[in-house]
Amino acid sequence: MPHSYPALSAEQKKELSDIALRIVAPGKGILAADESVGSMAKRLSQIGVENTEENRRLYRQVLFSADDRVKKCIGGVIFFHETLYQKDDNGVPFVRTIQDKGIVVGIKVDKGVVPLAGTDGETTTQGLDGLSERCAQYKKDGANFAKWRCVLKISERTPSALAILENANVLARYASICQQNGIVPIVEPEILPDGDHDLKRCQYVTEKVLAAVYKALSDHHVYLEGTLLKPNMVTPGHACPIKYSPEEIAMATVTALRRTVPPAVPGVTFLSGGQSEEEASLNLNAINRCPLPRPWALTFSYGRALQASALNAWRGQQDNAGAATEEFIKRAEVNGLAAQGKYEGSGEDGGAAAQSLYIANHAY
Amino acid sequence: MAHRFPALTSEQKKELSEIAQRIVANGKGILAADESVGTMGNRLQRIKVENTEENRRQFREILFTVDNSINQSIGGVILFHETLYQKDSQGKLFRNILKEKGIVVGIKLDQGGAPLAGTNKETTIQGLDGLSERCAQYKKDGADFGKWRAVLRIDNQCPSNLAIQENANTLARYASICQQNGLVPIVEPEVIPDGDHDLEHCQYVTEKVLAAVYKALNDHHVYLEGTLLKPNMVTAGHACTKKYTPEQVAMATVTALHRTVPAAVPGICFLSGGMSEEDATLNLNAINLCPLPKPWKLSFSYGRALQASALAAWGGKAANKKATQEAFMKRALANCQAAKGQYVHMGSSAATSTQSLFTASYTY
Repeated sequence: MPHSYPALSAEQKKELSDIALRIVAPGKGILAADESVGSMAKRLSQIGVENTEENRRLYRQVLFSADDRVKKCIGGVIFFHETLYQKDDNGVPFVRTIQDKGIVVGIKVDKGVVPLAGTDGETTTQGLDGLSERCAQYKKDGANFAKWRCVLKISERTPSALAILENANVLARYASICQQNGIVPIVEPEILPDGDHDLKRCQYVTEKVLAAVYKALSDHHVYLEGTLLKPNMVTPGHACPIKYSPEEIAMATVTALRRTVPPAVPGVTFLSGGQSEEEASLNLNAINRCPLPRPWALTFSYGRALQASALNAWRGQQDNAGAATEEFIKRAEVNGLAAQGKYEGSGEDGGAAAQSLYIANHAY
Repeated sequence: MAHRFPALTSEQKKELSEIAQRIVANGKGILAADESVGTMGNRLQRIKVENTEENRRQFREILFTVDNSINQSIGGVILFHETLYQKDSQGKLFRNILKEKGIVVGIKLDQGGAPLAGTNKETTIQGLDGLSERCAQYKKDGADFGKWRAVLRIDNQCPSNLAIQENANTLARYASICQQNGLVPIVEPEVIPDGDHDLEHCQYVTEKVLAAVYKALNDHHVYLEGTLLKPNMVTAGHACTKKYTPEQVAMATVTALHRTVPAAVPGICFLSGGMSEEDATLNLNAINLCPLPKPWKLSFSYGRALQASALAAWGGKAANKKATQEAFMKRALANCQAAKGQYVHMGSSAATSTQSLFTASYTY
């Protein structure tokens, strides 16, 4: 084996590790507001709003104008490229508003999924070309972390060995490039909840996928203390007839993570997938109450599960902006508690909070 | 991916996990008394005792008939095949003596090294043939854990990718077979200290090796909660001119482990390599005081570092039994304290305690 050629200096490592720890500080998680133009189209059409750049700007303004209450529960916000350069009604760049709240700014850097020929509808994710230059620019423009989503699915023959290997590899390349540019990579190997498989099957697949991801990160000399993981929780497929409690989900999830995620990783920020707002909070809470020892922070990186009620309250009307922002703050605070295992449950039912947000084969 | 075919039932998993936890509970560690006939020859020659079966039996008898309180510091003893079937002078089987003290009995399972052609004198380990049948028999005969030592070395072009992959793979096959037969596998990927490389290089190599080992264990469906790891501490090569403190050794060691060893592994029992008894204890203590997250027990599986003083005190004479037992008990207690980070270094130490036990290219 050749002598190691250090990928990062001690200063670079410290910077990355400090950023990661800031994002997942106790009680804090991530607002994933990085929906692409296409994904925003789906969200806005559900509330009868036209998908224009201005409407997308107005909607993000609703979220970012949240007051200081979010400082204690939001550690990072993931932006889409367009949003990174947008401003609020007073001409203040969104990036500055977020930074001024002491929240770390992140940027989605992948360029979507592409098919893997010879597989049963499986994909890899593109975006590596020119990634280093893009990261350098984003860092100048205020971003300190990035996100890249890979997608795997469970069926009779999937995920295949190729899909696991290829996605793990591409995640590791992305992570390596980010770190070279002072950006903390959030590594997201999402296993979709589509299908009728049970909890055990999802756990098995999640363990295989995460083992491959961490082997690839090691092979690519990625500094784990300067990364975050954004996995799916371990859940049954959406069409599975068996129902599981949050505690069962928590146990399966934490077990899978304990078997694969090295303790050096500072935080695991779960995606919400198709879970409703309340489900996502209850599950996160149960995860943080799980009796197994957990050496990493276990928190949220939620998109839909933080925004559904806010979107619904807004419906494109500026008069509703204040009420919509309140809905967002409410979910943010709830998830901040859940990230510490301190959430007692909403008690109330109905409305957007309990409505299942599952969309088949979601690609955003 | 094919549907998973569970390797173990929940009862099997529970049994394995309980055995593993028992071995490393409350600061306990392992006495590695599994020296092969040839290796015992080296030891006995140093104290000018003839290498006969009776002499080997006598020495082991002295160690195993020590006062019952040894079970506060020793959770497991690894035996060589011959020793598993030997008896004390009253005709009582050693394995029963140990079990009655509440100590778990283990058995060395590998059958030594074999060269890897086309490499710079690297090796793999033999012993897989008929291993399942041997494990089943050993389980009947009182063993509850196994041990298999793979060897890697640092040198020009070493360890090569082949050596890492091949040794990781054989370790994983061995572990899988053990678990099928109710034996907890101790996984030992030793990176030997021969050479003049520095601490950083050993850390780099250890991380690569351990990442490969855990990927292989995952690929082979090994149940991590029912295994133990027996790695080298991260140290400079024996011929390295730079000296490092126990705290530096501890930081490098725990850093490497927390980047590679999943939290599901219940215990890490270090080998002592060529370290003196006192260094092995001081380093273990520093490791347990290291401020990094340590979700596994960090304990010992020492051969030479538990027995050197005892051997010297014995000198082959039955009259020295009490002194021999005292010497052994003292090291056992010291290491138990070190495994809890509570060891207080004694001002003076007997010559044997600090004498380096390094033997070039150690194979046993």
